[in-house]
Amino acid sequence: MPDQAELYRQLVRIRRFEETVLDAFPKGVFYGTTHTYVGEEANAVGVLSHLKDGDIVFSNHRCHGHFIAYGGHLRALFAELMGKSTGVCGGLGGSQHLHWKDFYSNGVLGSTAPVAVGAALAEKAKGSGAIAVIFLGDGALGEGVLYESLNMASLWKAPILFVLENNHIAQTTPIELAVAGEIAARFKAFGIPCADLDSSDVVEIEAAAGTEIKDLRGEGGPRSLVIHTQRFGPHSKGDDTRDEKIMAEIRAKRDPVVIHGSRLAAKDRQQIDTATDKEVAAAFSQAQQDPLPTP
Amino acid sequence: MPTVLESLNRGLHEAFEQDKRVYLIGEDLLDPYGGAFKVSKGLSTKYPDRVWTSPVSEAGIVGVGTGMALRGLRPVIEIMFGDFSALAADQVINSLTKFRGMYNKQVEVPLVIRTPMGGRRGYGPTHSQTLEKLFLGVPGLRTLAANTLSDPGELLRKAILEDAGPVLFIENKILYLRPVLDSAALKDFDVEDTGGAFPTRTLRIKGGPHPKVTLAAYGYMAELAREAMVRLAFENEIFCELVVPSQLAPFEPDGNLDETLTNSLQKTARLLTIEEGSYTLGWGAEVVARAAQAFLGQLKTIQRLAAPDQPIPASAPLEEAMLPGVEHIMTAVQRMV
Repeated sequence: MPDQAELYRQLVRIRRFEETVLDAFPKGVFYGTTHTYVGEEANAVGVLSHLKDGDIVFSNHRCHGHFIAYGGHLRALFAELMGKSTGVCGGLGGSQHLHWKDFYSNGVLGSTAPVAVGAALAEKAKGSGAIAVIFLGDGALGEGVLYESLNMASLWKAPILFVLENNHIAQTTPIELAVAGEIAARFKAFGIPCADLDSSDVVEIEAAAGTEIKDLRGEGGPRSLVIHTQRFGPHSKGDDTRDEKIMAEIRAKRDPVVIHGSRLAAKDRQQIDTATDKEVAAAFSQAQQDPLPTP
Repeated sequence: MPTVLESLNRGLHEAFEQDKRVYLIGEDLLDPYGGAFKVSKGLSTKYPDRVWTSPVSEAGIVGVGTGMALRGLRPVIEIMFGDFSALAADQVINSLTKFRGMYNKQVEVPLVIRTPMGGRRGYGPTHSQTLEKLFLGVPGLRTLAANTLSDPGELLRKAILEDAGPVLFIENKILYLRPVLDSAALKDFDVEDTGGAFPTRTLRIKGGPHPKVTLAAYGYMAELAREAMVRLAFENEIFCELVVPSQLAPFEPDGNLDETLTNSLQKTARLLTIEEGSYTLGWGAEVVARAAQAFLGQLKTIQRLAAPDQPIPASAPLEEAMLPGVEHIMTAVQRMV
């Protein structure tokens, strides 16, 4: 069980990073597009706290939180979003195409699923003992290749955990208009055990992911974890079409930073907040001073 | 002389024998079937752990192969019919060929996708196409086409073991049963070879006069072009030079024409490109555009021979009339001189 204060610190790091992105984007500091993770931080922190060296992570367009929880550097991520040469991929990938160590993200929904299954199968074939974790959103449930991937993962017993983050909205389309039937049933139909969790509490998510990953390392077959969550911010930038009143209620009830922060003494919390503010601000300012790549 | 099929099968066996990182994934691969066209025969018996017969999931298996290649293996994906490569297009365009560039060259993705293309077997509109043209413009993808002139098994072995990037390997269905030509079989031709892993070969009738037309063709069309070249020489006294690349893409950088075709066009100033795929925006269109740029105002004529932009009919006489054959090539050449 990771330290409570450390879990809180990780949530706040992602939150401050994303707030900085949303705040600075309209000022022209960044270039291109972005998809922020505000409200969903507990998923990445809770799940990835179980990773070991060499384990693989596949992420999607909404990848900043996954990358930071994986251990990615804030300055390199800021720099990547600014198109700087010090960025994670030298500015070539931008917000949604990151690769560092064993972390990969790509911006085409669902397209990462077979690649992640293949990566997991490669580690199994090599006997490395590494597992793969793939984050998918409810939007990816509309992509056919996901179901091909679940089928093959199950047939070939790929050591992979599918984490389905259901934030109830794909860009501007509510889940009721895009996803028929049950989400967990999709995994179970392929013989993949599924834990289904409606929570924004990092402690609950950490525990549920821990059980799945322990099983995965033991038996080697695929596992899945559905986390019903909430996206507090826009899909990208200023494109939130949801009712602000409903959003305010959701934010009040489902904020992972508040939920877990309440477990800490106010003094400890403030100390982490202040230190993280400084860390994020320093990374942002360093990235701003970093050079643009030469064409 | 082995057939192209036997040669490819041998190339696969050698790749499996020489490198334990080689895996094969595809539909209906297991012996005794050994794949729909038998190219994979014997592999599942000899290497049961490294040959995975798959569900009917072309996008999925290309994605799985991509992930395996990303993590240090050298997988080969067999797509049963080239027509089904369309199902895997997203994986090829947005994952397989994208990763190296978008991840700032931090990764290599040594995956080979093998697939048969082509008609003349009555399989109808969705099992007879020559679709590689759709992939020739995809950056980061090497596209190779087997032919009878450059040992196809060796071409495949090198693509699997020696190439760092993703390869689309095209095998024409009619070509499978053709013999790979050794020097005895080519005794009536002068043959030049660029060498290298994926060579281009140039053929002329031995002892013939200065060639008047350059024929550019690959895969099975190179067989038909060679036959047409011989008949044109003996029946019409028109002598041609045939250029047969085994690598279709990438083309030369900066819009340049490759050296072999440049040399040939310097001799002939006439170019006929020949392909089985449909006409518009095909391989020939790119070759011809480059030739036009390289030889602005200096060429006497340029023509493209390809299938019309229509579905390929199942009925034998209709299919035969539609796909370019020896007679079509001969007629086209006669009009050019």
